[in-house]
Parts: sequence; structure tokens; C-alpha cells
Amino acid sequence: MSFLELERVAKQFGTQTVVDDFSLTVGKGEFVSFLGPSGCGKTTTLQMIAGFLDPSRGAIRLEGHDLTVVQPAKRGLGIVFQSYALFPHMTAAENVAFGLEMRRVPRSECRERVRATLAMVGLAGYEERYPRRMSGGQQQRVALARALVIRPSVLLLDEPLSNLDAKLREEMQIELRQIQRNLGTTTILVTHDQNEAMSLSDRIVVMSQGRIEQIGTPQETYERPASAFVSQFLGKTNDFAATIDRTATPGRLIAGSWSAPAPAGLAGPVTISIRPERIGFCDAGLAAKIVTRIFQGNHWLFQCESECGAVIVIRQNDGQPQPAEGEAVRLAWRPEDMSLRRAGDAA
Amino acid sequence: MSAAPATDGRDARTAWLLTAPALMLFVGVLVIPLAMTVMLSFHDWGQYKGIEPVFILKNWHEVATDPYFAEMFWRTFRIALLTTLITAVLGAPEAYILNRMSGRWKSFFLLVILGPLLISVVARTLGWALLFGGNNGLVNKLLMSLGLIGSPLPFMFTETGVVIALAHVMMPFMVLSVWAALQRVDPQIENAALSLGAGPFTIIRRIVLPQIMPGVLSGAIIVFSLSASAFATPAIIGGRRLKVAATLAYDEFLNTLNWPLGAAVAVLLLVALVLIVVGSNALIERRYAEVFR
Repeated sequence: MSFLELERVAKQFGTQTVVDDFSLTVGKGEFVSFLGPSGCGKTTTLQMIAGFLDPSRGAIRLEGHDLTVVQPAKRGLGIVFQSYALFPHMTAAENVAFGLEMRRVPRSECRERVRATLAMVGLAGYEERYPRRMSGGQQQRVALARALVIRPSVLLLDEPLSNLDAKLREEMQIELRQIQRNLGTTTILVTHDQNEAMSLSDRIVVMSQGRIEQIGTPQETYERPASAFVSQFLGKTNDFAATIDRTATPGRLIAGSWSAPAPAGLAGPVTISIRPERIGFCDAGLAAKIVTRIFQGNHWLFQCESECGAVIVIRQNDGQPQPAEGEAVRLAWRPEDMSLRRAGDAA
Repeated sequence: MSAAPATDGRDARTAWLLTAPALMLFVGVLVIPLAMTVMLSFHDWGQYKGIEPVFILKNWHEVATDPYFAEMFWRTFRIALLTTLITAVLGAPEAYILNRMSGRWKSFFLLVILGPLLISVVARTLGWALLFGGNNGLVNKLLMSLGLIGSPLPFMFTETGVVIALAHVMMPFMVLSVWAALQRVDPQIENAALSLGAGPFTIIRRIVLPQIMPGVLSGAIIVFSLSASAFATPAIIGGRRLKVAATLAYDEFLNTLNWPLGAAVAVLLLVALVLIVVGSNALIERRYAEVFR
């Protein structure tokens, strides 16, 4: 099952630990994203897999074989760089053919594979163009073709879409996903863009300060964030104080005027974490006043001042009348939509 | 758009007005003396009559037919070409290594490379003379006392000596030129080639070198033209025994006092250099236009 395996990998620069205790197994054909803010160690981890950096500790294995003893040039991985790093003195076709030439692929086969790969990324007819004369999106496609033509065991993508404008980025996301599905190439994507990670990946590795915060499917990480960091990094989230009252039986979880049966385990002051789109306006519940109401096309964004502090609410623009600014409302949510942790715990 | 011509006219006048001082300086100190030198090369000269302001081709005929001058010019361009080759072969790797150094060492060695530019060419060339000048040169003395060589290494008054000293003087220009080209190279590009399976030698030859070639060539143009017109180094190392075009023109002007002949040599050197530089520049631009525009 495990195709690429990282076991307790760490990287230190001098006294600074950039990546620590990074363990992950990636299945064949899987698309995994490393997601985190800049400086979280995601690119460093990618470079260790690529072989541009040596891990200070830990092991990296590909199909059970130690990868760290293999020269970067012999690892057979395809890499797309943030800057694309195309060879400016070579045409698109020459760029793509470079990896095949290094593998001494016969000329006729090489020509055919270059043509097919460029066609696959939608660049048929651009063979003789130089990178300088191509748009950012086209350069990106050449870089992808150059990485894929060598039929890499693993495709590594280092923020490949961050230099494209929003619309093009969305198109490339869809295309990238389709290409990856069709080829079945095991892929690792490094990104700081949560939407990109969620729309592309089978699993997301959320990283912060060199450590893994959570590994899970996009849905898991979004809906069951393992830590406050994850919930805040992936979309908007509300955190507010509540208490669990165990004096009555059964115990109650109380946040202002809102309450629900207490879950097992916790007691005393707790923090409730809940997504803004899971909160509704009801007849009973947490008392709040709407401070600002922002129309965002397909949804409304409400900033409310509640008994327990500031709360953001997002409602679908489904044609129903929405409360106005300054209006007093009651907020409620289903207990299964929230997550609880002991007050004061960071994660 | 309809108002554009009127504005253009005024803009053009303003532009001329603003550039006038610099233009006058340029005409006054460069164009006029140059034109006078060209004129001078057509004048007559005699041992006793001095310069005669007539229009004759005597000097040009002499320069064109006397093999002495041909030899002089061949030597000049041979020295310049060898100097250019040495600076390119040593300077390009030097710049590449410099570019790969980490922060502090990089600035330190950049200073080491640029340092010689702060010292007068004459002082630097005299340094070579101190090291290799005949029996008294430090290196020659040392090598002879160690018994490694029987007689002093021939350095002074040899073409080899001039080329080595010139290459030393010109090295910073080549290193800087290549270094500037390296700054434009994507730092990830070597990793990209590495990930595609290229070895270190292939990366240098197929990826790095083609990208810094324009830098090497523009450095070569600078070094070649400066070496071909260099005066101090050939004058000190080559002396009277090994003349080049620049020292020849100097001698004609100040020793023989045959200004018109000196002018003809100087103008020919200038024209030859301009042709070579413009020609190779056009070649480079054509060769790399598609890639580096």
C-alpha cells in the first residue's frame, strides 16, 4: 500500500529546526498536498524528497527502498517549480525532451513522447516556441509536460499555480487534477492556498512551524480540524468560550443562552469551535446583535456581537429574507457540527 | 491623438534643449578632436619642414604597404584575442564559483576581484615587472636559487608577458560581465536539470553555459577592445622592443614627432576596433535574439 514513505524526517539548519518528526505514507496514485503558511517547512520537505536537501534525521523510502542514498539525478522524480525553471535557451519541445535525452531514449520515440505530452497539456503546435514568448499559463504547462514526460514515479509540485491569475489558476487546477487522474501518477503538491489543496488532493497534510498538524481528506480536515490552527487556516472559524455544567444530570454544555447535552469526557470551561456556515438564525439560542452585513453574491456574511463575543455567520443567498444590521437575533447550531476542546488548550 | 503632433514638436524642442549641454561637451571633446585626428592623418610631414596641412595619402599608403605596420597590427590583435580567451576561460568559471558562494564569502571575494580596479594599471603592471623582470625579478631569483631554472624566465619584452599582464588587468571586466549574466539565471534551473537526470558536467555545458554566453561575449568585447587599445601594460612589459598599435602611435607622436603617421595608426586602430566590436555584437544579437529578448 505505502508507495512513498517518510518516517520521522527532520531537517535542521544550524540550530534551527525547520522540519521535525515528519511521518507520512503516500499510496500509489494518491494526490497529497502539503498545506501551510510560508515558513512551515513544506517546501523543505519537498526538497528532501527531491534530494536537493538531505534530511538531518529520519528515512525516506520509495517502494521500500531508501531514497536518501540515491543521487537526485537518479531518483526519477518529476518536479514543477514555482518559477517553472524552464530552460530559456531551448524551445518548448527541447525543454520537454531534455529529460528523455538524459535517459538516452531513442530519437524517434523521444520525438513521439514529447509531442504526445505537449498535446496532453494542451500545447500542441507550440513545440518550437521559446519560453520567453509564452504566457505564464503556457510556461506552466511546459514545466508540467517536462516533468511528466519522463514518467516519474512521483510528481512533486512546488506552488506551481501561485504565479497565475485567479481565473487561470482555477482552470489549471481542474486540468491538473484530470491529468493526474488519467496518468495515475503519485503526486505531492506544496501550497499555501487552502482552496487549491482542497480541490486537488486526496489527502491534505496541514503543517505549521515544521510540524504536521493534521493529515486527512479535505473534508476531514475542514470538518474535523484536529487543532485550532487547522480550523483557522482552513476557512473561517468561530472560537468562543462555553462551560460544561456537571452539577445537573445529565450535564449541560452552556454558551450564553444556548445549551445542549454535554458530551462525555470534558468538564468545566471549554472552547467551542464552529464553522460560520453551520450557524443558523433561530427562535432560541445564543443572543446576538448583527454588527455588519456583507453581501457576497452567492452568500451573506454577518458579523455579530454575541453574549460570548464576536461570531461570524455565513448564510446561503437562497432568496429568504435575511436579518438587517442592528437587528437582535438568536444563533443556534447542531451539536455535531461543532468541535470542543478544553479552554486554554492551543490545539 | 489629434493633439499629438503639436505636443511632439514641443517635446522634441525640450528634449534638444535639455540634451544640449551634454551634446556640446560630446562634440567639443570627442567629435572635433577625432575629426581633427582624421584630418591630421592626411597631412604631410618632413624631418625639417614639420607638419604641412595638405591632403595626401602618403601616411595611409605607408601604413598599408609597409609590412612593419601589418606585423604591428597583427601582434596587437593577437595579444588582444589571447587576452580575451584567457579572461573568458578563467573569468567565467570564477564568476560561476563566486555566484555559488554563500553571502559573506561572496561579498568578500567580489571585493578581492574588484580590488585591483582600485589600483592604477601602471602600479599593477610594474608589480609583474618586479616579479619577473630579468635576473632581479623576485620569482626568477627564487626559482633560480632553488635550482629549478637555469636562466630567468623570459617575461619582459615578450608577447606572453604582455598577454599575462593584460589578462590580469582585464579579468574584473570579464568576471563582472559574466556575473551580471548569472544574476538573470533562475536559481532553481540547475535543480530542474538535476531532477531530469543531468549530471554536473551536463548541467554546466547544456544549461548554465548557454545562458551566460551573452555575458561571456559582451565581456569578451569589452576585454578585446580595451586590450587592443591598451597602452600602459604593453608599454611597460613590451617596451620599445615589442610595440603594439597604441605604443606605436605614441612613439610616432612623441618621439619621431611624425604626428600625421601617428594619427593614421590611431585612426586605423579605432576603425578596426569599431568594425570588430560592431560586427561581433551584431552576430551575438542575431544568435541570441530569439532567446534573450
